[in-house]
Amino acid sequence: MGISHYPPDVDALRGSFIPGGLGAGQALVALAGNPNTGKSTVFNALTGLHQHTGNWPGKTVTQSRGTYSHRNRTIAIVDLPGTYSLLSNSPEELIARDFLCFAAPDATVVVVDASCLERNLNLVFQVMEITPRVVVCVNLVDEAMRKGISVDLDGLSYELGVPVVATVARTGKGLERLKDILDDLISGRIKLSPRYVVYDDDIEDRLAGLQANLHDVPLGHLNPRWVALRLLDGDAALIEGIVRRLGLYGSAAETGSRTNMQPDNLDGLQETMERAGEVRGREGRWGQGENSFRDRIVSAIYNRAESITRKVVRAGNAKGRDLGSLVDDILTSRIFGYPAMLALFGALLWITISGANVPSELLARVLFALQDRLMDMAARLQIPGWLQGVAILGTYRSVAWVVSVMLPPMAIFFPLFTLLEDLGYLPRVAFNLDSLFRKAGAHGKQALTMSMGFGCNAAGVIACRIIESPRERLIAILTNNFVPCNGRFPTLITLASLLASGEFALDHGSFLASGIVVGMVVLGIAVTLATSWALAKTILRGVPSFFALELPPYRRPQVIKTIVRSVMDRTLFVLLRAVTVAAPAGAVTWALANTSVGGISILKGLASLLDFPGRAMGLDGFILAAFILGLPANEIVMPIMLMGYLSSGTMLELGGLDSLGGILAHNDWTWLTALNMMLFSLLHYPCGTTLMTIHKETSSLKWTFLSAAIPTCIGVSLCLVVTGGARLLGLV
Amino acid sequence: MQRKTPGSSKCNGRIVALADLPIGRRGEVVSLALEGFSRLRLLDLGLVPGTEVKAVRRSPANDPVAFNIRGAMIALRNDDGRRIMVQYQEQEQEMT
Repeated sequence: MGISHYPPDVDALRGSFIPGGLGAGQALVALAGNPNTGKSTVFNALTGLHQHTGNWPGKTVTQSRGTYSHRNRTIAIVDLPGTYSLLSNSPEELIARDFLCFAAPDATVVVVDASCLERNLNLVFQVMEITPRVVVCVNLVDEAMRKGISVDLDGLSYELGVPVVATVARTGKGLERLKDILDDLISGRIKLSPRYVVYDDDIEDRLAGLQANLHDVPLGHLNPRWVALRLLDGDAALIEGIVRRLGLYGSAAETGSRTNMQPDNLDGLQETMERAGEVRGREGRWGQGENSFRDRIVSAIYNRAESITRKVVRAGNAKGRDLGSLVDDILTSRIFGYPAMLALFGALLWITISGANVPSELLARVLFALQDRLMDMAARLQIPGWLQGVAILGTYRSVAWVVSVMLPPMAIFFPLFTLLEDLGYLPRVAFNLDSLFRKAGAHGKQALTMSMGFGCNAAGVIACRIIESPRERLIAILTNNFVPCNGRFPTLITLASLLASGEFALDHGSFLASGIVVGMVVLGIAVTLATSWALAKTILRGVPSFFALELPPYRRPQVIKTIVRSVMDRTLFVLLRAVTVAAPAGAVTWALANTSVGGISILKGLASLLDFPGRAMGLDGFILAAFILGLPANEIVMPIMLMGYLSSGTMLELGGLDSLGGILAHNDWTWLTALNMMLFSLLHYPCGTTLMTIHKETSSLKWTFLSAAIPTCIGVSLCLVVTGGARLLGLV
Repeated sequence: MQRKTPGSSKCNGRIVALADLPIGRRGEVVSLALEGFSRLRLLDLGLVPGTEVKAVRRSPANDPVAFNIRGAMIALRNDDGRRIMVQYQEQEQEMT
């Protein structure tokens, strides 16, 4: 990019987005856009595997950045948070705006949805006001075409005064051209003539006056018109940022390091700020409602967007109703809405359970056969017995268990769930469930964060960031643990299969097993709602905040890519985490089970200590001990429990479910034990990772403690009641 | 400032709350009785006075309701929808 003309702070910020800093022949590109425009598909298609995700410095918003090379230039591309606007001062919008203005990207791609151009142009104009170096990427043109909508790209480019490219990011169509145009723009081969929104005369007069005042202020790369606009809006945070980042004030005078400062210029900005304050003050903060500054600004932008859309968008004859709308008629209907949700989820579980059965058994057989080999080998090498025990019977066996039990269901469940997600079904779930959450005093987006919890509760807790109101966000965080995560699904699925397989004298079939798991999930959702309601009525009282939910059109998922991505990102990630926790936990548990104090192993001692409360809850001491030792991760509760059983008596071979059922029956399990273990698995304290995440997200020990105490109390009470009831009725 | 003219004539327009706009009907936003963050959010979505909005579907429990706002499907809770006034034609012909 030649010699930099940016202040040191801006240079440092720009350099932080590419490893080793931004060198010659490299450029920084920002990717902006509304949510649901396929922005991340564009990002993935441009960067491929060369990407990195993390958090924005000091913020709880995810940042994705990546690189690609084109025409001998390396482009560092930063995916800004998806926003509708840059004016509402939500954390996402502030991040996007600050990046555009203080990292001074060499070009900004604004991704827009071809079917929804009018609304998307709002953001385009707002970005253009900050930086004119914009390329508009009209994405999803195939989808628009199916709806009979076509966009006149040349017309749009003329109206905006910036380049426009049509793309279908999922197939890669148009992306080469986007890269070409970006390169032309960065190297100065494209002359931009941005046509900004013209506001009403009153605002324009004031803008002109302020801009004249700003004439002598060294605003660097910033557009004086935009700065004047922000001054008129009284945006103190931005002005402070300008002063700090561009080195206009304060620190420079003290350190004397930035010598090119001219006091006159600083006075200019100060003067302009004061004048802007006067202009605003004279009218008492710009009037109310429709006459407020914001209303007038946004109305002007949308009027312009409307007139452009009328010129460049051709909507063909609407050929009846589209398929998505018909599907929505069923999936969100009064009669079928809820049953369809249950049926879909039940089908998901049924496919998972019946599909995972065979590979699970096979994996177990292979892995446990390998265990025997390892034992033989260890014996031949004369490795000491305690080491054999810790390494093979402890570490290896619990890892083998976790892999054989968790891998197959997760390899089926996650891709299917991701497909539903990519299809656009989750917003419909939120739409259907919102009235329940509203009555519970919770935020509508809690239905979405709850759905995330099915994957991983820690991820669900992080997802609660999308809820702006702190009160409703806390409710969502505290109740996220009530939906079973994939660490608990295997436990639920295994126990439900045992219940359904007739091991404990119940009916047959994986159909019933999925029914039982669905029942558990419904119970979890019911407890979520009840607890949210109780919290909203007591310690987290308040009124529900504003809620707008976009229902994007259904989109055909990229099946192969989705499966690969979910296996890589979710299945393997979660499995790896489970294994890294299971390995040491297995070793520790084996040590506890085989270290005797006073003639009785520590594990057995713990179990006998817990036996009384365990029995009262319809469990036993070993199960409770396993839940306690399994705090690091729910995945290892079953293995620890089994290790306890196995160490306590005869050594049984652990193969598929039949022998598992054998072990459990041998330890006096009944259907009631299985039911209670499922209930307690659903309703107990979150795992260590989730607790740490909750602490990080709430920065409060009190809320972290409550997030563990509430579900545990509910779980213990429910188990006591169920067990007491069953015994009273003589069912066991 | 240019105001959008709706598809049919403006006379006989009845003013109702957006939450009461019958499904399948279009209305033109007259006023927003919300302030602060909620108002800014609605503006972001393009719900400025003069905007044409169509009520598309109700959720199973009648609340929230999904509206077509400038080509996007946006669901709003009735508590919020009651504070947005729209003008609609009672004898509106079926429009495509």
